[in-house]
Amino acid sequence: MNIDGIENGYVLDHIQPGKSSEISRLLGLDALDCPVAMIKNAHSAKMGRKDIIKIDTSRELNLELVGFASPGATVNVIRGGVRVQKYAAPMPERLENVVFCRNSRCITSAERGLKQIFVLTDPVRREYRCLYCESKM
Amino acid sequence: MRNLLNILDFSVEEIDALIAVAKEIIACPSRFQDACAHKILATLFFEPSTRTRLSFESAMLSLGGSVLGFSDTASSSTTKGESLADTITMVSGYADIIAMRHPKEGAALVASMHSAVPIINAGDGGHYHPTQTLADLTTISRELGHFDNLRIGVCGDLKYGRTVHSLVSAMSRYPGAKFVLISPQELKMPDFVKEHYLDAPGAEYTETASLEEGIRDVDILYMTRIQKERFPDEEDYLRLKDSYVLDAAKMRLAKPDMIVLHPLPRVNEITTEVDDDPRACYFRQAHNGRYIRMALILKLLGVTE
Repeated sequence: MNIDGIENGYVLDHIQPGKSSEISRLLGLDALDCPVAMIKNAHSAKMGRKDIIKIDTSRELNLELVGFASPGATVNVIRGGVRVQKYAAPMPERLENVVFCRNSRCITSAERGLKQIFVLTDPVRREYRCLYCESKM
Repeated sequence: MRNLLNILDFSVEEIDALIAVAKEIIACPSRFQDACAHKILATLFFEPSTRTRLSFESAMLSLGGSVLGFSDTASSSTTKGESLADTITMVSGYADIIAMRHPKEGAALVASMHSAVPIINAGDGGHYHPTQTLADLTTISRELGHFDNLRIGVCGDLKYGRTVHSLVSAMSRYPGAKFVLISPQELKMPDFVKEHYLDAPGAEYTETASLEEGIRDVDILYMTRIQKERFPDEEDYLRLKDSYVLDAAKMRLAKPDMIVLHPLPRVNEITTEVDDDPRACYFRQAHNGRYIRMALILKLLGVTE
């Protein structure tokens, strides 16, 4: 993989330092057989330090999760060697089966097959709550 | 199709209208005695209850409807491992409306996702108990005549007490509501209730561990039981269970027109000598629960007399 150039894939830039591993886990990058480059603690004029992930794949990824792990990280979508999309990753409004409710009194602890759903209740405080019992993440 | 999962599912105007219907029923019950003829209420109580279940059943029978259901999980398919989703899917083919109590928080929401008929949350763990709040509001309306500019003291288990959470959320919508939160340190009001309803602009609250201090200037004193079944650790329960006891001596500290509410059942938190005080409204409150549940069933079934 040429880290400087991707034909089809994604460049996730301006990731909060230390968050690239979490994004890798959330996006399931370990399971991909395509080239993936992860750069930690790179110099950033804007942030001081940042992480960067480059993923060389045409496969669709759930990029909403980037905004969950590192809100405001820059998502670049590359197609045919050209950047076709660039945006700051927003915090997703809803997370399904991404995190699990830790409240032992929550119905999710008893009902099999129930989706674990968290909803964004306070973007300023980056607060998610369980849809069912309203406990904080 | 409407459900009642959280008291905030209904607007202030809808609650006012429900209370107005409840008052009509109280004034002339015979007008409503056949309003739900041929309708069936299922009462699914996955957790024991006397008052709430009987109140629902009494409400439906008073409307001319029928009732089926179970009063504990031992007599339901839950013991065979059936999921809540499957139970609700099945029962919603047998009844026109379901009132459900469940020990897990959020269970009523899950039920509503799988039901073809309206779901009434009759208590989901330590989360919400909206029909108790309807009974509370009906009592406040009948006893005090208004909801505005009231100082409401809530005392006891504010951490696990679902009735308190629902009442605070409902009363915080009225202008000038002020809250006095009376609890031991270990049973303080959870952050999610404070952040949602008490930290908003215009809301006002104070916290104290002293009932003697908190009772002095409130218009409503809402007593709660320290609930053994909510404590993970029995030692904590035994240490805290008699934190507050309302007796005649403490009643003398209160305003002459204050009212005392309690969702019942009580254990030691209100002595029986208080029962004869005209400010003690908790039995009238329990009776109001029947009439407001009648009004609620009518509303959710879309029945007009």
